[in-house]
Amino acid sequence: MNVVESIESRKPTVLIESRKGLFRLDLRSVWQYRELLYFLVWRDVMIRYKQTAIGVAWAILQPLITMIIFTLIFGNLAKIPSDGIPYPVFAFTALLPWTYFSQALTRSSNSVVNNSNLVTKIYFPRLLIPLAASVAPIVDLFFSLLVLVVLLAWFHISPSWGMLALPLFLGFAISTALAVGLWSSALNVRYRDVGYIIPFLIQVWMYASPVAYPASMIPEKWRVLYFLNPMAGVIEGFRWALLGKQRPDFMVMAVSLAVVLALLGSGIVYFKRTEQTFADVI
Amino acid sequence: MGDIAIRAGNLSKRYNITMGKRRHDTLRDQIADGLKSLFRRNRRSSLGENAFWALKDVSFEIKEGEVVGIIGQNGAGKSTLLKVLSQIVVPTYGQAQIYGRVGSLLEVGTGFHPELTGRENIFLNGAIIGMKKEEIRRQFDAIVEFAEVEKFLDVPVKRYSSGMYVRLAFAVAAHLQPEIMFVDEVLAVGDAAFQKKCLGKMGDVAKGGRTVLFVSHNMTAVNSLCDRVLWLDRGTIVEDGPTTPIVTRYMEKSLKGMDSSEESWDDITTAPGNDIVRFHGVRVRRQDGRLSDPLTMQTPFQVEIECWNLVDNTQLHVTLHLYTAEGIIAFTTGGLPERPMPAGLFRSVCYVPGDLLNSGLHRIVVLIVKNTNSVIYRHESGASINILDLNHRDFAYFGREPGVVQPVLNWKTEYLGEGLEVNTFTRKLQFE
Repeated sequence: MNVVESIESRKPTVLIESRKGLFRLDLRSVWQYRELLYFLVWRDVMIRYKQTAIGVAWAILQPLITMIIFTLIFGNLAKIPSDGIPYPVFAFTALLPWTYFSQALTRSSNSVVNNSNLVTKIYFPRLLIPLAASVAPIVDLFFSLLVLVVLLAWFHISPSWGMLALPLFLGFAISTALAVGLWSSALNVRYRDVGYIIPFLIQVWMYASPVAYPASMIPEKWRVLYFLNPMAGVIEGFRWALLGKQRPDFMVMAVSLAVVLALLGSGIVYFKRTEQTFADVI
Repeated sequence: MGDIAIRAGNLSKRYNITMGKRRHDTLRDQIADGLKSLFRRNRRSSLGENAFWALKDVSFEIKEGEVVGIIGQNGAGKSTLLKVLSQIVVPTYGQAQIYGRVGSLLEVGTGFHPELTGRENIFLNGAIIGMKKEEIRRQFDAIVEFAEVEKFLDVPVKRYSSGMYVRLAFAVAAHLQPEIMFVDEVLAVGDAAFQKKCLGKMGDVAKGGRTVLFVSHNMTAVNSLCDRVLWLDRGTIVEDGPTTPIVTRYMEKSLKGMDSSEESWDDITTAPGNDIVRFHGVRVRRQDGRLSDPLTMQTPFQVEIECWNLVDNTQLHVTLHLYTAEGIIAFTTGGLPERPMPAGLFRSVCYVPGDLLNSGLHRIVVLIVKNTNSVIYRHESGASINILDLNHRDFAYFGREPGVVQPVLNWKTEYLGEGLEVNTFTRKLQFE
């Protein structure tokens, strides 16, 4: 009698069935697999500069060279204003989150497709794949931060209390990359067109973001529209946190944040909905 | 005890064949097709014809501690079943409940990264197949020792030989300790010695009280590891029960196509062989000449091999390998080396006595050996030997006796006299 009861009351560890529910997100399993997330990030970091001659120096060189080119062309030739900040510092503070974002987006867009051997062979929450891909480039960003410290010292700019808000804006940047990466990685499984669109999109996106020019150049009436681009919010946030000039307008930051949250939420739902067919379609 | 570990009810998986043929790989195709279907009525009418059921209404229950083999031809749905149970593929309908932590080894080395070292890959791969970091650390030495790669731990695995690579991959996988384990063909790795080691490890796993679902084409492995077998054919379960009888029936059925007692070629140009030797025919027949009667375990029979020798003065001789349905070599036998022969057609006959082989279908492989030392041609014959068990010797047991051979051997039992020890022993028993 007791035995029968115990069998009936046992809950299956795993219940396998055709899932139809739109909002069965099961984010708890992501937490259960956090150790694997750590290993996937660790793998991405480890293999990034394997068998390169100068290794991790690449993480610094990329934004550094871009900064020099920008300074020459936009700063010196085009004489674009930089809110009273020395142009190299102005450009570099934006290039920190921007380089991260373009890396994270490129990698997460291809992440599921590149890991097709895992997707077709083993079970774990698929969300971990784009998540790991968008977190891993943070390591590069930390290296570039060291360069910024040198730059700040060189130009005698002292950090402000705004620095404490940096993790907040870092989270903002990761969320943006992840939100877009969720959409693009899931779409990429079915439509390989995504692989061609993303590099182009990143290029266009950079010009739509205040990387080489200040957001203050955008006319007041277009400001809200402009900040629909969440990277505008991220970059302005970074500049404020690191350089302490011109606190960003809460109103426009809220616009950027709302866009990111909407993208992130819909991205998770879309990803979870399509992940069921990943192994069939990939 | 006896609790259910896996319960599957009407598990089904449908694939649309068009998905492979005309996949919407580009957005443009998708849009074009979408527009077309807008103007077409009964959009779904074509679905039925293009559907392919990889699994159809598969139901079964597996108890804790059972070791179950899944057998079937390629495309029977074995791998799809494991993929559904390991949550990689979502079933079209039906459901399954799994009680306990699952580890699946659908392919060893999943997630190995060539640029990472052996040490790093052990941790990465361990985490991917579901081990906790602590668990990997505890098992690390055992894994390394099992894989025999101590010296190369800090070398990227891309520099490993393929043997080292699979050894390491299998070692990690074999040290996963879930309650339920799905295994797909992992035994086909490494050299013979390591395969033996793998099989031994699998045996330990099977005996360790864990629930195992084991997909394999290696019937010897299935037979020795599993207590129970599910035989899948075209997505459905054909048989479900104790291993040996089902495996035997399965082997007999899958060899049916080649169940013929002879093969021959009249055209020398298309016959199997090379520029030294060509086959004319291979034939199995009863020695008593009653050709229409079946071969039984008691019948002496002969295997005749006819070959053209194409090069004058070549010293050739014929060796036979006889395989059982399980793929074990029952015996090998070679004709005596002949003196160099002129070109032309030859016949070699091998006489096999009755009361030697066990019942079942046997395959013949013919080797042509030159100068007594080099095999110049290996021929997997289409002729086979089907031995029936019609006059069963033991009346108490009607199943097939295990063993490759069933010889009739001489036995003798003697009375050695009433020993003192027996008397004292029986007396002692009476007192107690």
